[in-house]
Amino acid sequence: MISSSVIKTFLVISAATVVMLPAAVTASQEDAEESFLSNLPVEIHGFYEMRDGYRLRKDKYEKDMSIMENRFQLDLYSYLDWGDIRFKGDAYGDLVTEKGYFDMREANVFLRPLDYMDFKAGRQILTWGTGDLIFINDLFPKDWQSFFIGRDTEYLKAPSDAAKVSLFSDWANLDIAYTPRFDHDRFISGERISYWNSNLARLAGQDAIIHTDKPNEWFRDSEIAGRLYKNIENYELAFYSYHGYWKSPGGQTATMTQAIFPDLNVYGTSLRGSVGKGIGNAELGYYESGDDQSGRNALVNNSEMRYLIGYAQEIGKDLTMGVQYYLEQMLDYGRYKNSLASGPTRDEYRHLTTVRLTKLLMNQNLRCSLFTYYSPSDKDVYMRPNVNYKVSDNLTVEAGANVFFGDNPHTFFGQFQNNTNIYTGLRYSF
Amino acid sequence: MRSVWTAALVLGFSLPLLAGDKPDQAKETPDVQTIVTKANVVAYYQGKDGKATVRMTITSKQGQKRLREFNILRKDVTDGGDQKYFVYFQKPPDVRKMVYLVHKHTDKAKDDDRWLYMPGLDLVRRIAASDKRTSFVGSDFLYEDISGRSLDDDTHQLVETTEELFVVKNVPKDPETVEFGYYNVSIDRKTYVPVKMEFYDKKGKLYKTIESAKIETIQGFPTVVKSVVSNLQTGSRTEMEFSKVKYDVNLKDSIFTERYLRRAPREAIR
Repeated sequence: MISSSVIKTFLVISAATVVMLPAAVTASQEDAEESFLSNLPVEIHGFYEMRDGYRLRKDKYEKDMSIMENRFQLDLYSYLDWGDIRFKGDAYGDLVTEKGYFDMREANVFLRPLDYMDFKAGRQILTWGTGDLIFINDLFPKDWQSFFIGRDTEYLKAPSDAAKVSLFSDWANLDIAYTPRFDHDRFISGERISYWNSNLARLAGQDAIIHTDKPNEWFRDSEIAGRLYKNIENYELAFYSYHGYWKSPGGQTATMTQAIFPDLNVYGTSLRGSVGKGIGNAELGYYESGDDQSGRNALVNNSEMRYLIGYAQEIGKDLTMGVQYYLEQMLDYGRYKNSLASGPTRDEYRHLTTVRLTKLLMNQNLRCSLFTYYSPSDKDVYMRPNVNYKVSDNLTVEAGANVFFGDNPHTFFGQFQNNTNIYTGLRYSF
Repeated sequence: MRSVWTAALVLGFSLPLLAGDKPDQAKETPDVQTIVTKANVVAYYQGKDGKATVRMTITSKQGQKRLREFNILRKDVTDGGDQKYFVYFQKPPDVRKMVYLVHKHTDKAKDDDRWLYMPGLDLVRRIAASDKRTSFVGSDFLYEDISGRSLDDDTHQLVETTEELFVVKNVPKDPETVEFGYYNVSIDRKTYVPVKMEFYDKKGKLYKTIESAKIETIQGFPTVVKSVVSNLQTGSRTEMEFSKVKYDVNLKDSIFTERYLRRAPREAIR
């Protein structure tokens, strides 16, 4: 049964599409310079998208369909003499949750008030760091659910409500991003991805949706992230610092009924530049778990060291390969083991490797890519094959899959085995 | 040292000429090294910077058209040496606001540094590609057509001199690295503008031409404002038109850094 709100959302999206598309198409046509729309001080763009996907395995905690949505994105952008204004929002109807949503992706003002200063305030997407789909010092919110169900990779980045100040000098550049109220990840809650529930010591999903007690007060529960960086002969050196909370639940309450986001401080550094015929990168971060500095508290994540090294190179015509090695080291591991009552323990070291292969064909209109995570210590794998074809400048079709397997049901990717899915998408951009 | 040929045709707007320079070709024919060197200097390193709006129309054999539109900013680091490019995409919609930044190095031991900014993810990526003989944004122009091919990569031979043109044959020193056998460039004797390039495959068969279809004088500089690549093998064709061409706009060095990659300067947006 489909709830009326979904139908309403579908109707709204369809109506908006009907209203917007002709105008948008006009705007994107060749003689747009003359059109009325292009003379407005606002650039109007966006897309309409249909995306459908199914699980390949039976998952008793989740629906068979993994994604089933119609999405309309409207992107308004205006550059005025004093600054830029941006608004980007998605309306979508989702048949998996049977709800309609409005997801405001961006709503911000950008200013260049001084020769050496940029300023952006409002809802925005923030990214930094050197990893490819691995994040150490990028502690801006991620949307793991979108990532695993086959939405466009763009949706891996969830927006932040923040103010970002950037200062530039010959000596170095500094970014400070202040988020007045904690923006957590859109983490795996069981709502549409089944997961390993350690309290129940089994897989769980809609029967055990994770409830959280999150830091939620404006200005008191804030996050601040900084990056000091410099380009030395095109080798990009950066230092990072973050003060906030574990972005996905990193512990639970004493009663074990709610997941919590304990305090987290991160200090790290990265370097990226050309190495041989390709690009190399290295990054590390110290994760200081503020609420469990000793590592004795079984209910809160221990501190960690995280290391990453990567290399990407073109290995054939329009064929590139990227490899990464990532290591997560739990600190105070002995105390963690002693504090655990029962259940499978985490390893002290989690090793993870990734390989990305991207091949462009048919005048670069067809892109075939495969991104694979493989952990030799967890003995699990996550593969992301994707084929994307640009039918025309406006129309794109794609198909892909999210494939999980592993030897154990409690490891990072192994727990998602039953969520293995395939999807197809069609997007009309204007 | 860097060549001109392709680059000059492609980045037609960067074709400022020695306005007052009396061409010395009339009486006697200079040697080929002088011609290519002069064409290189004339075509590529006059004016300290420039900007233009570029519209690329790619037409497949079947007649299907694809459009690319971008604004391009160029600045020379040293005359006759390194250059920087800032490319801001306007069309098609799926690459809108994407930015492509190149620090071109003339030192043969050093690959160009290239970055790509993806606005949806706010992601600054380093591009690992080192093969310059691959297509630029899916067109019939190759990356090397955009960034320029080093003079040192080929040997040059003046094969024909007519009333208007010098025709120079260029043979790659390292044939393994390129898909062509050789190419001829026809250079205007007065202006040193390359007006036509013809690429021959390893068997000596013509398979690709690049022509300067329209040349205008802008701020005193003869400028190729339309060039056309025809691929005779695939039947595909790419037209590139330049508009809003301006030279010596005093672009700041900082434009070619991460700051502006993440948020394009006004010069690139308009």
